Amino acid sequence: MSRVEIRFAGFGGQGIGLMGRLVGEAVSLLEEGKNSVMTQSYGPESRGGASSTDVVIDEGEIDYPKATELDYFVVLSEEAYHKYISKLKEGGILFVEEDLVTLDENAKKAKKIFKIPATKIAETLGSRLYANIAMLGFVCANTTDIFSEESMLTIMKEKIKARFVEKNLIAFQKGMEYKSDS
Amino acid sequence: MSKQKQKILEVSTGEHFTTGNHAAAEGALAVGCKFFGGYPITPSSEIAEHLALRLPQLGGNFVQFEDEIASIIGILGASWGGVKSMTATSGPGYSLMVENIGLGMMTETPCVIINVQRGGPSTGLPTLVGQQDIMQTKWGSHGDFEPIVLCPSSVQECFELAIEAFNYAEKYRLPVTLLLDETLGHMSERLIIPDASKIRKVERKKPKDSPEEHLPYKADDDLIPPMAVAGEGYKVMVTGLTHDERGYPNLNVETQDKLVRRINDKIRLNKKDIIRVEEYMLDDAEFAIIAFGSVARAAKGSINRARKKGIKVGLLRLITIWPFPDERIEALAEQVKKIYVPEINYGQVTREVERSVHGKTEVKGIFKLGGAIHNPQEILKEIEGDA
Repeated sequence: MSRVEIRFAGFGGQGIGLMGRLVGEAVSLLEEGKNSVMTQSYGPESRGGASSTDVVIDEGEIDYPKATELDYFVVLSEEAYHKYISKLKEGGILFVEEDLVTLDENAKKAKKIFKIPATKIAETLGSRLYANIAMLGFVCANTTDIFSEESMLTIMKEKIKARFVEKNLIAFQKGMEYKSDS
Repeated sequence: MSKQKQKILEVSTGEHFTTGNHAAAEGALAVGCKFFGGYPITPSSEIAEHLALRLPQLGGNFVQFEDEIASIIGILGASWGGVKSMTATSGPGYSLMVENIGLGMMTETPCVIINVQRGGPSTGLPTLVGQQDIMQTKWGSHGDFEPIVLCPSSVQECFELAIEAFNYAEKYRLPVTLLLDETLGHMSERLIIPDASKIRKVERKKPKDSPEEHLPYKADDDLIPPMAVAGEGYKVMVTGLTHDERGYPNLNVETQDKLVRRINDKIRLNKKDIIRVEEYMLDDAEFAIIAFGSVARAAKGSINRARKKGIKVGLLRLITIWPFPDERIEALAEQVKKIYVPEINYGQVTREVERSVHGKTEVKGIFKLGGAIHNPQEILKEIEGDA
């Protein structure tokens, strides 16, 4: 495989950083022969503003640690969509939280668009906080070159606080099973 | 990092996915650092935060001082108390420390300062990257001294060079600066921490003579005096004034010449031991990039792209910034048509490269003034214009 670049973006408080950390960690520590680097947008803003995290994956040494042309753009807020859609490469793949993002003509360059009501799915589990993990499950089910289900489940059990693990695993499963209609 | 290991071990052996800041903190612990004195500042705060958790678990001490002036003085004192000590800061904090980094140079006090660089001058860009403190680490404090400054460019190297920073500090008896930058400090990648038995630890030389005959600043043939610390029965004299071998202030031309010449020469004469560079695709290179820190990663990216287009370009990555690798760069100048120096400042290392090449090749700086690291494409464009 060659270099793969993924950006997760949304608003502060959605757990965007956790998505990047889980993916980076699953790939780096559990997937044989693959490296990953995770970077996060970092600024004085915190909750509410646009938040993003990039994961770069490669079999070889990762030279430049930041994303330049996104192969995948996983977006959970309208503001983040507008801010970063220009970075998606021609023929890249877009994952959207369909209730929080209205697509415009910029999305046309995507080879494929996967839509999921991740927040609604999370709410059926009692909290919208699980939306990020539902989205990760959805990404897992529809891609082959980012991370495996097995490594992600292992990392989630290790990294997520014990009392939240079970609900997160269900959220991940629901995301995995969700069928996008477009 | 595994919580189990964090509770008990100095060396967190195993594979981790972590940041440059945490890796540097773990490197310090692995080599035996037992005292941190500091004042938190973005983008270095995670180092203090991590050590505030870890040091007390290991029987060490963590002190948050009232400011950076007290912090540097605190770690000098801790070192004279016999422990390996460190602080972590960023440009504005380093500015406050420079006076007493000079005190550390004059009193030959082993300690480590980590500077996670952000954009400056002044408070500048607290949360964004810079590489603008290169000259400050060399010339920040007054008087003549030869600093050792190391500059990692991966999370793994943050760990390894934190260890080496302490080892150089102990071996050569001086404050050593480890220069990170915000990108490196905050990015996460794999860190492999070896078994504790694989960590190379250098400890300061102890006096071999008796307390009665001991002269605290009488150097051995290697120009480094053995160091007794408070409580070992030897006299401990610590003064920033020009001092003789007894450690007594002796303010005359001869004593000044002997002391200042020695504290510089102990580094100058050991440049071969201290200077480290990484060479990447330089064997057949017609063009070269000289880079350091996170920008060296962008430089590698541009070289990998250029090579695919048949352009013969390689990288000389500076791992030691000071002492500066003049001789290696002069040799490179005889090989290549042009040297590019991408850096996140307005020409600090570029000027050193120009000085080192003695006119033997062309030198072109590629400057960003802070806030972002170079994109490989930006560097590639410069090279393509000449190739």
